[in-house]
Amino acid sequence: MSAPRSSALARRTLLAASGGLLALPALGQARFPNRPVQMVVPWGAGGGTDATARIVAAMLERRLGQPFNVVNRTGGSGVVGHSAIATAAPDGYTIGMITVEITMMHWQGLTQLNPESYTPLALMNSDPPGVQVKHDSPFQDIKALADAIKSRPAGTFKASGTGQGGIWHLALVGWLQAMGLKGDHVRWVPSNGAAPAMQELAAGGVDIVTCSVPEARAMIDAGRAKALAIMAPERNPMFASVPTLNETLGINYSVGAWRGIAAPKGLPAEVAGVLVPALKAVFDDQEFKTFMTQRGFGMIYADPQGFARFMAEGDRAMGEAMRGAGLARG
Amino acid sequence: MDALIQAFGLVFDPSVLVVILLSAVFGMFVGAMPGLTATMATALLVPVTFFMPPIPALGAIVTATAMAIFAGDIPAAMLRMPGTPASAAYADESYEMTKKGQLNLNMGVNLVFSVAGGLVGVVVLIAAAPALAEVAINFSSFEYFWLACLGLTCAVFLTNADAVKGFLSLFLGLLLATVGIDPSAGFPRFTFGEVELMQGINFIATMIGMFAVSELLRGAVTVRDAGHVVVQQVGDMFRGLGAVWRRYWFNFLRGSVIGTVIGALPGAGADIAAWISYAVSKRFSKEPEKFGTGHVEGIVDSTSANNSALGGAWIPALVFGIPGDSITAIVIGVLYMKNMNPGPTVFTENPQLIYSVFLIFILANLIMLPLGWAAIKSARQMLRTPRNLLLPCILLFCIVGSFAMTNSLYGVVLMLVMGLFGWFLEEHGIPVAPLILGLVLGEMLEQTFVQSMIKADGHYLEFFARPIAGVLGVATLLIWGVMLARGIMRSARR
Repeated sequence: MSAPRSSALARRTLLAASGGLLALPALGQARFPNRPVQMVVPWGAGGGTDATARIVAAMLERRLGQPFNVVNRTGGSGVVGHSAIATAAPDGYTIGMITVEITMMHWQGLTQLNPESYTPLALMNSDPPGVQVKHDSPFQDIKALADAIKSRPAGTFKASGTGQGGIWHLALVGWLQAMGLKGDHVRWVPSNGAAPAMQELAAGGVDIVTCSVPEARAMIDAGRAKALAIMAPERNPMFASVPTLNETLGINYSVGAWRGIAAPKGLPAEVAGVLVPALKAVFDDQEFKTFMTQRGFGMIYADPQGFARFMAEGDRAMGEAMRGAGLARG
Repeated sequence: MDALIQAFGLVFDPSVLVVILLSAVFGMFVGAMPGLTATMATALLVPVTFFMPPIPALGAIVTATAMAIFAGDIPAAMLRMPGTPASAAYADESYEMTKKGQLNLNMGVNLVFSVAGGLVGVVVLIAAAPALAEVAINFSSFEYFWLACLGLTCAVFLTNADAVKGFLSLFLGLLLATVGIDPSAGFPRFTFGEVELMQGINFIATMIGMFAVSELLRGAVTVRDAGHVVVQQVGDMFRGLGAVWRRYWFNFLRGSVIGTVIGALPGAGADIAAWISYAVSKRFSKEPEKFGTGHVEGIVDSTSANNSALGGAWIPALVFGIPGDSITAIVIGVLYMKNMNPGPTVFTENPQLIYSVFLIFILANLIMLPLGWAAIKSARQMLRTPRNLLLPCILLFCIVGSFAMTNSLYGVVLMLVMGLFGWFLEEHGIPVAPLILGLVLGEMLEQTFVQSMIKADGHYLEFFARPIAGVLGVATLLIWGVMLARGIMRSARR
């Protein structure tokens, strides 16, 4: 296996390139961090995960006095970036933003990595899925849509939002199951993410998109799509007019795409002792709150123990949901 | 309107203007060096643009490529070596003109008609792209499937001699496009358990390898042969231009239009635009016997065409995310990096960025006049750059650029492997351009096909059910039918 070796080499190259030569071992015993830190993001530049990671990195940089460089390691449905974080040296100089997919990919047989492969540092964000339709859809509220889905034969409606077995696919499956239907009653059309799915919706290619409301926002603002509901315990203050599933259908189903900061497994306690309070301070900072609210991103914090529990719980629930939907392998 | 004012502010920022100026000089140099192409100029800019905001990043690429396509004419006229493949079509003609003692007029025609042709391409881009985007907002996977099919059909243009070799290359590209996560089932394919391969074959690293590294390998073999040429100084290059304008204005228009259209066709770029418009010029000329003897007519057509193709190529790239040529294939990657995901929505979500690109295009073509003049005047010094110093520098840029694409050594290894592979292919007469086209369009083809089949519950006729999809589908099948019939007739006659 050459993956761990090549990423170690990559790190070295990057360090040399970014002028990290100054901070080579001679200074070894100084307090962490004494050279630039790499923050790996498993998703592409410009997306929500990238944006969140970049603001966290910028604010950590100000607090800890060393550059925090965001490095996008994309592809493989998130496996590439998550592997890069998990297989890096646990010295605190490579950390990363892990996402809900870490509780899903191993059930699909994509990777051996699971929440146990990391040292959790802080949970920062979680976004619930929404239910979006075309602006001139015949179903102008969630009740009408739900009734129509129930009364028509399986496969009449098509939905999209992400790839096969992705988080928004599971959101649809969970919602359908909560209504007493089978997980594939609405056919899933895999897409390359939320933006192309919203384009399909606007073009009339699919009937429903179950991505999060912030991801659908551009098309909603352009008047080409409409959010009917969100699958969350309460409304999002940024999109206050969008009701929850619970208040309209009496279905208490909620799931979310979360993001948190983690380091490779085996991070020394003194390094975690620097990063964890700094991340908590970032989360409590007004600047972070303003940024997240403007984007419509949900905020949720958990400390390392809480984050670990949160992931373990989510991992179990995802396993069940994916087996139930026939999306798990092995 | 607001967006337009914003765009002016974005472009006429001092730092952006400095980037444009520097990349113009860079583009002139790369274009004038035989063996270094405009595509390579773009590839070399990738690592630099990585650290820039979107506008200077795109400005650098637009400017450098426009300059490079013009500058390729300079060594063509002086040394009979086209600086870029886009000048290859008329390099002989141009050199004959120089031998007749018309170097001044030759350079003047190349410069002025490059500028004018480039502007025509930009005007068409500005007019057509937003209008097309309005239509394209209603495109679903069915329409995109047929567009991908039409795009792959353009591989015909990229194959000059042997159709079998062209198909071989195209299918290799489609095969490489299947590596990574299966877009429909979400399961890894052809990754051999290697995590890095799950991200698929990065096509920018592949392009850098195939276009730059393979060229370096060729250059390394011949490094001692080049460079002992005496170049004469150019005098007043604008004398006699008025007469050429009056006589050949129609050639200019025809060349620019052909160039823009061919630029807009997926995969086919400035070089093919120049070949075709030169051929058209000769075919319809009143004095075809003069072609090849240093006659200015064909040069007017083709030097306008290759610059206009640049603007044309951005039309499908911006509107559909389908590259019009190898330069815009890289541009699409840069757009994604800068959060300007190409597609019809970019025109509504980021209109100021689109307007900025348009403005930079106009600006780049305008400053081409003084800078081109300076480049011609200093051609003698420029063409004497020792290649044994130049080639290692380029390799360095290639390595940095491909690292930047994947943020890992995977990109570098991929780039080097593809460089060797591309060199091997070209040494055996197999063109690499169709491979790139297949690699770029392969995922779109597969994904839209599977999406469409799911939506249609497996009924093939649904591919023709939507009005635009129906038209595109019938057109695609007709084109294939005609091509097939002509192929059969030709082989029957033989």
